[in-house]
Amino acid sequence: MSASVDAISALKAKFPQVTDRASRDCPAVDVPTSEIFAVLKALRDDAGFDLLSDVTAIDWAEGASPRFTAVYHLYSTTSHAAVRVAAPCAGDDAAPTVPSVVALWPGANWHEREAFDMFGIKFTGHPDLRRILMWDGYPYHPLRKEFPLAGIETVLPDAEVAEETKAKVIAAPMMGGPFVTSSGEINLTEAEPRAKDESWSERTEKPSA
Amino acid sequence: MATEVSFPDRAAKVADAEQEFAAEKMSLSMGPSHPSTHGVLRLQMELDGEVLTKCDPVIGYLHRGDEKIAENMTYNQFVPYTDRLDYLAPLANNMAYAIAVERLAGLEVPARCQAIRVLTAEMARVSAHLMGLGAFGLDVGAWSVLVHSLNQREHLYKLFEELTGARFTTSYTRIGGVTRDVPEGWLGRVIGFCDQFEPALEETLSLLTRNKIFLDRTVDVGVITKADAIAYGLTGPNLRGSGASLDLRKDKPYSGYEQYEFDVPVGSKGDCYDRYLCRGEEMRQSVRIIRQVIAKFPGGDWYAKDARKIFAPPKDKILTSMEELINNFMIVTEGPQMPAGEVYFEAENPKGALGFYIVSKGGGVPWRLKIRSPSFCNLSILPKVCAGTMISDVVTLLGSLDFVMGECDR
Repeated sequence: MSASVDAISALKAKFPQVTDRASRDCPAVDVPTSEIFAVLKALRDDAGFDLLSDVTAIDWAEGASPRFTAVYHLYSTTSHAAVRVAAPCAGDDAAPTVPSVVALWPGANWHEREAFDMFGIKFTGHPDLRRILMWDGYPYHPLRKEFPLAGIETVLPDAEVAEETKAKVIAAPMMGGPFVTSSGEINLTEAEPRAKDESWSERTEKPSA
Repeated sequence: MATEVSFPDRAAKVADAEQEFAAEKMSLSMGPSHPSTHGVLRLQMELDGEVLTKCDPVIGYLHRGDEKIAENMTYNQFVPYTDRLDYLAPLANNMAYAIAVERLAGLEVPARCQAIRVLTAEMARVSAHLMGLGAFGLDVGAWSVLVHSLNQREHLYKLFEELTGARFTTSYTRIGGVTRDVPEGWLGRVIGFCDQFEPALEETLSLLTRNKIFLDRTVDVGVITKADAIAYGLTGPNLRGSGASLDLRKDKPYSGYEQYEFDVPVGSKGDCYDRYLCRGEEMRQSVRIIRQVIAKFPGGDWYAKDARKIFAPPKDKILTSMEELINNFMIVTEGPQMPAGEVYFEAENPKGALGFYIVSKGGGVPWRLKIRSPSFCNLSILPKVCAGTMISDVVTLLGSLDFVMGECDR
């Protein structure tokens, strides 16, 4: 673990804008969007964090600033240390941006495509930023907080099939669910599990969007 | 020398013929329902004769939105969903998820619980590698390997069923413990399994290891260099097959792995044959770990008794004690209470490093749960490795990468 602590202090000497990030396990830093590429390059080349475990994003919900944070998990194959690097996304809610790191790790390609697919984050400089889990032409970014768990009715991916069958991708029939409390709730009356969307049930139709 | 006959339009005819027989590239879609794609992977390939010029994997056919679902339920409710990631080794997934949440809570589980988890994870590894081996054999035309390995998996499933109540989707762990202690006599039956498994494994592997057809199809096929493997974030046997000695059980021990002796097999070339050898050896090492776990199986509690806000009390207490009843009600409805913060935990699963990144704002529901799936990363190297290979080698390569689409697509 000391290897990553040393790496972090060396990094902070080189990039004064890098700050510590609260973490419950490995050392973590917050990095300004403009410096993320340089910081990750320094961590890879100077500190030996040569394996990019994961690239992902967090949506802090509508109205939060910054709304999206890109998170990188690095691992060193020599010292077996790990470090987490987070960068807020620039741009507005509709098209947040963050620099791509595919030039550093080719393995970042699919991770960034997934974050784009799920959150709509544009990784500038990505060679082939297409959807990866959802189909091309799907209109939403499902992991955004405003996207409902049940899904939203959309047209089928294949236009020919859609025309022939008149079928649509429909929202999941999850009447009365999900039965969970809200994250971080402390008021017990409020925290009682109830259907989040009570406007429809087995007897009443779901109101159209 | 024959007199040259001059055709006035000869040049034009040659040009026509060249155009007619010019090597036209063929595009071929393999999958999503193809026996050698091991699930619902689709490869959009561009072929020049039998040689691949381009390969674009299309994934997402098994996408169920597990990460979205996780944001809408309590930590314990998500355990069954982890079964369905790498559905060939649900016990290992359960453990990885449970440890990730426990790290978030800062909770240490007792030694007996750790031993049970290591034991089941290693049994799951044997079971997953057996399936991978059988399917790989089938891909390269060795049918009997699959029959042998399915036979052994059946023995394992009987043991899983006795322990967890389910053969396939076990959902065995809870945050802070496991669902129940090991049944009486079960450990002896696991030893019995190991005793008959070791010679059977050698027999199964002997069908392939020196098999001329198998060697011809796998040696020097689908070579992944060590540098490439690290750059693409490969983990597990696929990374070790390329010569990188990385095993999280050794490098960052969790759940008491540091107590057990085992070797980490490493390949030299990074071809399909090396990856096969690594998996074979890993099964032997897993059996070694299983024997050690049972030899020093600790007594004591099998769940964290002091974690009253996290692990539900025993059923008999719930039905007789008011306080326990309230406690159980709170855990079931609100979920195990977690502090705010974020944590990332990776476990060495049969397919590679399965990671859970959890962002919590406090309470019983994660704000964000990201699953870093090894199959997803292992597949991302396909465009790089496939370019320039023969189409028949793609099948071998897919078999040797040993991925599971349930985990890749999540």
